[in-house]
Amino acid sequence: MKAPAFNYARASSVQEAIDLLSHYGDRAKVLSGGQSLMPALNLRLLAPEWLIDIGPIVDLRRISVESGLLTIGASTRHADLHRSPDIAAHAPLLKDAVAHVAHPAIRNRGTIGGSLAHADPASELPACMVALDATIVVLGPDGERRIPAVDFFVGIYETQLLPGELLVAIEVPKRAAGVRHFFSEHVRRSGDYAMAGLAAEAEIDGDAFVRLRLGFFAVGERPILATAARHLIGRPVTEAVLAQACAALDDELAPQDDHQATAGMRRYLARQLLVECIVSLLGRSDLRTKVVA
Amino acid sequence: MIAPVPIALTVNHERVEALVLPRLNLADFLRDHLSLTGTHVGCEHGVCGACTVRVNGDIVRSCLILAIQAENATVETIEGLSDSGEIADLQSAFHQRNALQCGFCTPAMLMAAQDLLLTNPDPDRDQIREHLSGNYCRCTGYHAIVDAVESTAHARLERAG
Repeated sequence: MKAPAFNYARASSVQEAIDLLSHYGDRAKVLSGGQSLMPALNLRLLAPEWLIDIGPIVDLRRISVESGLLTIGASTRHADLHRSPDIAAHAPLLKDAVAHVAHPAIRNRGTIGGSLAHADPASELPACMVALDATIVVLGPDGERRIPAVDFFVGIYETQLLPGELLVAIEVPKRAAGVRHFFSEHVRRSGDYAMAGLAAEAEIDGDAFVRLRLGFFAVGERPILATAARHLIGRPVTEAVLAQACAALDDELAPQDDHQATAGMRRYLARQLLVECIVSLLGRSDLRTKVVA
Repeated sequence: MIAPVPIALTVNHERVEALVLPRLNLADFLRDHLSLTGTHVGCEHGVCGACTVRVNGDIVRSCLILAIQAENATVETIEGLSDSGEIADLQSAFHQRNALQCGFCTPAMLMAAQDLLLTNPDPDRDQIREHLSGNYCRCTGYHAIVDAVESTAHARLERAG
């Protein structure tokens, strides 16, 4: 189908975008890369009166590194993330993850800010933000808010963003030496939304995890920082420990049925991803046991 | 009533000015306003890939970009790539390998394949499949398309010496 009729305003600065958003409130939607918004418009799932195009704001498309922090402008495209040496050096999890986001033509337009503000529970980048303990920087008429990623995502397509606010940047702590990461997802076809996925980051001392952040996606209404990780931290990981973590993971997930996978299948895939993640991070193929369905 | 908005952009090396409604997507603009009907419209929500064009050198889904977002952009369609001869060898390989049947996906498949060969002149078959995974073909089963892209890559490498 074709998009319904709407008015269009082009913002040339962040302040202008915030002024426009404040004026139109929930009658307006922000247009950035448009790779989630345009399908929703074309499918007539949305019918905003106004689109505020932030595409021309060049300041929002940048990646900078300062002391311990990587700052990513909201309009930074997936393709930018994939080829950035700074991302490869300081947040390699993101480099791995964006390769799984849709297809090259979509990655050339889609932006990180758009993906996070859209908050599809099956998309990759929100879960990465949770795993990386990122901070979402939001500007509005009342100034700046800095929201931890774990609090930012509220539900299906729902975040803490208020009408009149604009997501402007994402701050990711630079990866410390020795930190390892894992990213994997199960999809029907390459580029599809995941049936279950996991973005993880870990610090390891000898044979034990010192820190382990497990960001699951497509297994609930929002990306989930799995508390099951607590079973795996601070002690040698055995088959029994891993089984305990899998059981705990199962308790905290609330996946839904849809046309791609049943809730039960998503639970199974999530447990399998957890096992694969631990095997990969610890380099322990002996732990690759059969996950009980 | 929402009024049409003036836009100016470059399409296949020609300057174009037009009045468009904000809701008009780039694919429909190219087809209906400029009669460049080689850009096909399939799903209209970014899944099938049939509307792939180049904007400022990058391949994109033209059904997921508004024509007004292309203000001042440089757009290249299959007509541009075909007329310039840039992909003549790729087109010939598609012909020789039977890499098309109905032809609906072919213009966009050529756009995506050329994009891959520009960034990775020697892709393996998995890389070809991955790069073309956002372009649906309902006729060929893809093997012949991968063959055509692979043989074009080899021929170009040989020519480059």
